[in-house]
Amino acid sequence: MTATANEQRPLLEMRDISKTFGASKALSQVSLTVRAGEVHALMGENGAGKSTLMKILSGAYTADPGGSVLIEGVPATLGDPLKAKAYGIAVIYQELSLAPNLTVAQNMFLGNEPSRFGLADRAEMRRRADPILKQLGIDFDASRRVAELSLGERQMVEIARALTTNARIIVMDEPTTSLTSRETEKLFDVIARLKADGIAIIYISHRMEEIYQLSDRVSVLRDGAYVGTLDRADLSASKLVSMMVGRDLSSFYKKEHRQVTGERAAVLAVRNIGDGVKVHDCSFEVRAGEVLGIAGLVGSGRTELARLVYGADRRATGDVMLNGKPISVTSPRDALDAGIAYLTEDRKALGLFLDMSISDNINIGVIAADAKAGGVLDFARARERAAQAVKSLSIRTAGTQINVGALSGGNQQKALLARLLETRPKAIILDEPTRGVDVGAKSEIYRIIDELAQNGIAIVVISSDLPEILGIADRVLVMREGRIAGEVNQPIEQEAIMAFATGTTGTAA
Amino acid sequence: MTAGETEQTRMDKLKFRSTLTALGMLPVLVLLAIGFHVLSGRFLSVNNLSIVMQQASINTVLAAGMTFVILTGGIDLSVGSILAASAMIAVIVSLVPDLGMLGVPAAIAAGLACGFLNGAIIAWLKLPPFIVTLGSLTAIRGVARLLGSDTTVFNPDLPFDFIGNGSLFGVPWLAIIAIATIIVSWFILKRTVLGTWIYAVGGNSEAARLTGIKVPLVLLFVYSMSGLLSGLGGAMSAARLYAANGLQLGQAYELDAIAAVILGGTSFVGGVGSIWGTLIGALIIAVLSNGLILVGVSDIWQYIIKGLVIIVAVGLDRYRLKGLSRT
Repeated sequence: MTATANEQRPLLEMRDISKTFGASKALSQVSLTVRAGEVHALMGENGAGKSTLMKILSGAYTADPGGSVLIEGVPATLGDPLKAKAYGIAVIYQELSLAPNLTVAQNMFLGNEPSRFGLADRAEMRRRADPILKQLGIDFDASRRVAELSLGERQMVEIARALTTNARIIVMDEPTTSLTSRETEKLFDVIARLKADGIAIIYISHRMEEIYQLSDRVSVLRDGAYVGTLDRADLSASKLVSMMVGRDLSSFYKKEHRQVTGERAAVLAVRNIGDGVKVHDCSFEVRAGEVLGIAGLVGSGRTELARLVYGADRRATGDVMLNGKPISVTSPRDALDAGIAYLTEDRKALGLFLDMSISDNINIGVIAADAKAGGVLDFARARERAAQAVKSLSIRTAGTQINVGALSGGNQQKALLARLLETRPKAIILDEPTRGVDVGAKSEIYRIIDELAQNGIAIVVISSDLPEILGIADRVLVMREGRIAGEVNQPIEQEAIMAFATGTTGTAA
Repeated sequence: MTAGETEQTRMDKLKFRSTLTALGMLPVLVLLAIGFHVLSGRFLSVNNLSIVMQQASINTVLAAGMTFVILTGGIDLSVGSILAASAMIAVIVSLVPDLGMLGVPAAIAAGLACGFLNGAIIAWLKLPPFIVTLGSLTAIRGVARLLGSDTTVFNPDLPFDFIGNGSLFGVPWLAIIAIATIIVSWFILKRTVLGTWIYAVGGNSEAARLTGIKVPLVLLFVYSMSGLLSGLGGAMSAARLYAANGLQLGQAYELDAIAAVILGGTSFVGGVGSIWGTLIGALIIAVLSNGLILVGVSDIWQYIIKGLVIIVAVGLDRYRLKGLSRT
């Protein structure tokens, strides 16, 4: 197929797709055109309709009548997942769907095994698996058990599996959320190879950097409607965000706390802290009303440092001081009692109680202090606190008695933040506060951080998102291999951070 | 239309689901009762229902303790053995002249001590509950036999026999104790800080620790509670029988208690469940035992039918909830 033919006849055209669930409309006349050999990013806040649209494409949902899907100009009836597969549509799921105890090759051909006399033909499987792995530039063997592979490698197996059924359109939904930066690079390399083979990638991600790096075109959905498509040349963060949120970006990063003047005392000071394994000899201090950023590569020990300060892990060396006085922190309880709060980077595994209500999740840290005689819960007080928190952090929910698990990622994060704030901390450590959160909620979390700083709380923000660090931090510490490699003051430059993070001296980037 | 509205319908669906979960196995209980009445013609008489309540009472008390434990994601296999040891102590103490009434507190204290030991090992040595309580199941059974030198102890003049055989305004004392246990458990679980912590530890113990909850203390409490209620069960059992036997008493009681909790919809991994569900679960087991006898089913077939009903009931429940959660 020639390039001009590609231009004239897109690989995939979705026209006027609508989807109604009961009384509500999840998608309203959405159109999407994807060309062969392009990476087409699909962006939008959580609930904008991206997943619904992709579920229609993969046959998991049936669209309302009226719309149409064309593949190479020919109308296609997608109806169910098997048909979609036959049209060459494959989805790489966030929750990996591999059988861990089978080999790479067995997983690639799962449900589709080449067979001879009714028996799985292992030799044939290997013969067909190897070239696909080679095509993807994969360096592990097809006979390895999936359980032995890293998350990133497993994702490669998923992609390889899609290729065994001759997929031409591959949907990737937030593929990098659980990958290390090296694995992410590897994935991008594979995506480039797929592109070169004329395969179209529909790429869903909240990470702007990835979108810039990868996409040929970006389409934006908002509230179930199509907003528009930008070509690579026209991409800019402000344009994308305003398309997604429906308003301007100028106030995205809030820094009003910088206007607060006067002498700021050091609130939290950490001296020579270390665990003897991943963190060594780290010292820093944060002043009242200051936002201290901690940058560094994944694995540089940032989370471990925060957990030591919070007493979540046992420290081997060092002291923690609050308002100039040494405090004894041997457990999270001690830290909270002293006035140090910590927001975990993994809100589902380490933060929230997903089966408990929003109110319980917000109040859990203070119910003991609020309780009446005999440890009896004060429901009125809890309701009051929850309602107040929902309002001041603008948590979008139908009520405070609903399970927190029913909220979107951004609102879950705000509920967890609310829990910390109820303990009235003097210093607060936020570990990846906007991970897996949509743009709207991001800007609200920045607003909250700014307000906390204005109120004189000392704030530490750990983030892998450099634009975020540049946007909100007053000062940045950079960690490398468990040590604080350097400090970057205003004006904060990305290059300076990267130089410390990677250990390259000078101004190399 | 807006994403907010899809969120709204999702919330409605969740509310509907939680209502259904709360209802749980009640329909099964009602259907079983009606079914046995139709088949036997005398299941739903005041006299028989009073017998069912008595039969359900000891298991209800054990299952209430088990609910605390399972809500934290643990298990207590030792309740039957603790019941046997406590019953032995209850009867032995009741034989002491003038101090016979102390048999009841002695049994409860003995149960509490056993539970405390379980809890201490689980909470501070961080050993798996299944293994710790499997060990204490065996060890405490041995202690129970040791207490009576491996014989049956009797007290025909048991001073607290009214507990096992008397009634108040026509309601058997056993049933009153069981209901009181359920109400106290409900109060602790739903109305106190400790109860919220129990759910939190079961739902996500690492998150609970990071929130400042003292997880070991919560674990110590639930196993102590389970032990205490097993001790109470021992006193109830001794009061009913005027005797106790360290070898035979309470054999496999832990299985009925666990079955009641699971029938009641409490999640085996912890964090989700209610004490009312446990009550219904315990009643279902008692109704099955009683009803199958009334209908004239042989002892052997009773086991088979009870086992199958438990599996089918829980299976249906899970299937139903799964169907609801699908969009």
